[in-house]
Amino acid sequence: MIPQLIFLIIAIAAIALFTINIRKIIRNINLGRPEDRSDRPAERFMVMLKVAFGQTKMTKRPVAAVLHFFVYVGFIIINLEVLEIIIDGLFGTHRIFASPLGGLYNVLIGSFEILAALVLIGVIAFYARRNFLRLKRFTGVEMTKWPLSDANNILIIETLLMIAFLTMNAADYRLQQLGAQHYITAGSFPVSSLIAPLLPNSESALILIERAAWWFHIIGILAFLNYLPYSKHFHIIMAFPNTYYSNLEPKGEFSNMASVTNEVKAMLDPTFTPEPVAEGGKFGAKDVTDLSWKNLMEAYTCTECGRCTSVCPANITGKLLSPRKIMMDTRDRMEEIGRNIDKHGKDFKDERSLLNDYITQEEIWACTTCNACTEACPINIDPLAIIVELRRYSVMEDAQAPSSLNNMFGNTENNGAPWKYSPSDRFNWAND
Amino acid sequence: MDKFNIPTMAQMAANGEEPEILFWVGCAGSFDERAQKITRDICKILHHVGIKFAVLGTEESCTGDPAKRAGNEFLFQMQAMTNIQVLDGYNIKKIVTGCPHCFNTIRNEYPGLGGNYDVIHHSQLIQQLIDDGKLKAEGGESFKGRKITFHDPCYLGRGNGVYEAPRRALEILDAELVEMKRCKSNGLCCGAGGAQMFKEPEKGAKDINIERIEEALDLKPNVIAAGCPFCMTMLSDGVKNFDKEQEVQVLDIAEITARANGL
Repeated sequence: MIPQLIFLIIAIAAIALFTINIRKIIRNINLGRPEDRSDRPAERFMVMLKVAFGQTKMTKRPVAAVLHFFVYVGFIIINLEVLEIIIDGLFGTHRIFASPLGGLYNVLIGSFEILAALVLIGVIAFYARRNFLRLKRFTGVEMTKWPLSDANNILIIETLLMIAFLTMNAADYRLQQLGAQHYITAGSFPVSSLIAPLLPNSESALILIERAAWWFHIIGILAFLNYLPYSKHFHIIMAFPNTYYSNLEPKGEFSNMASVTNEVKAMLDPTFTPEPVAEGGKFGAKDVTDLSWKNLMEAYTCTECGRCTSVCPANITGKLLSPRKIMMDTRDRMEEIGRNIDKHGKDFKDERSLLNDYITQEEIWACTTCNACTEACPINIDPLAIIVELRRYSVMEDAQAPSSLNNMFGNTENNGAPWKYSPSDRFNWAND
Repeated sequence: MDKFNIPTMAQMAANGEEPEILFWVGCAGSFDERAQKITRDICKILHHVGIKFAVLGTEESCTGDPAKRAGNEFLFQMQAMTNIQVLDGYNIKKIVTGCPHCFNTIRNEYPGLGGNYDVIHHSQLIQQLIDDGKLKAEGGESFKGRKITFHDPCYLGRGNGVYEAPRRALEILDAELVEMKRCKSNGLCCGAGGAQMFKEPEKGAKDINIERIEEALDLKPNVIAAGCPFCMTMLSDGVKNFDKEQEVQVLDIAEITARANGL
């Protein structure tokens, strides 16, 4: 009874803590401005199915795609085994699914083992790519101490979980062979049977190893669950809602600001009375609270893989701009505001903002709006949308545009062309 | 080729006529000397296949694209609404643009402000004419066996998913088409988009157009094909930077089509 009680308490505590942290994240995302992404649900569902579930955008980098596929499929399918582990934990049973599933159970456990081995291969290769091969994509100004150790933490935790899973099965297999009480003959062990000879022969030692691995594995999973909200690994959950709410318009299309439309209409037609728009006071974004909830959701979705930055023409040619940093700064600032709310209440204002304190003018003006970053993101994150909102604030509220762009604005306004030419010369090309 | 008049909408309207298609020239196509040549070649192609077209002439104004990308939404919407008034005043339904930026802006951003038109880029027009058998590659300069690589403009390619149209115009030349490693949806920007055309780049290790031209020159092409007047400037400057103007020509899809047909 006591192990079951301990398991129940740990499970409830883990799920409660996870719920508290998820609610904080939802609260932080809702700090953003409204944006309607409720249209075309069928099309959205298909995008989610293709991009998140089907991993179609990962294929642009085949090596990473295969390794990631191992880990992804392994993670999803081995979680079926976790269901059995939880039921066994709560009711003190052992391999509860074995007898109802019969022969299928052996197939399942056998495939979990093979998947676990593939996950190990994937995770070890990922670790090597980051720490020994030192792929350029995993470096950069934004890849400071925490992002680097976060990435390695995830890989180490996953390795330990898989080793625990296989050790548990190996000990179980040996106990089954010894005919130990309680350890029914069930499952097939194509991978752990290879480890089994390394284990001691005594039944009590095997039971100790089996139980220790069992507890380590399940507590590890619950701990990992609670690590997610603090980590880039949160993408395993967020990829799904994030792709569902993808931008479905052509990438070249930038949103038309309704608040500006009203003012422009009133300027062109004095009889026009604008409808009131509920969009907050300012044009563009200075802080994360001026961005839309979708921009903020994307910041929590980013797994810092750096595909965006590695294809960014500005970054490639040595400019300060890194689209990955835009997403990471947005998340960091959002978390900062979240902590302020926790400590000082929801109306607390610090003297900081996303623009200037996190993201500099130099970064936002280096963007060519070429959409390489949005194309590269395997889960449809859009750093460009945030850059444009920051530019809008800089130009329309803060008069911070580079002076050459102010000249361009002046020319466009006065001459109808971004260069200083007379509009009356516009048709001269036809005379040559 | 015979001289022909380029009709304006004002003239057409005065004669009670309507064109099949409006050719939206764009600011670069109107004022930039290099781009003016492309503009004239697009007119020659339209004239050659007998499409009744017109331009707005001095009534045309910037679409507002650079202003919008630079964050000046006020200026963009002022330009857009003024242009929509002009276009609707002439009852325009179909537009071909000589610039992917104008194409993207009118096609995607004008509808939300009340301007609804059927908009195509000139490479799509050329593709349609080829597919309809109205345009071939005969009677002019031969591109046979010459090595050509196409640089995808961001606002045509990734921005609007148009990758095949400009390549169709090159396929009929019997030339050797080669792709850069970063092509189509992986294409590298020339460095001019997002209003970069109108400012100095931020400090960095090199200019973006140099990075792009290095990649193109690695293929040892005879021709680098472009589909955007801004790309044209950036790519031409890049070729000049490496003193390769003698060996490598940077030509727009429209220029190549016009040359191949002796227009």
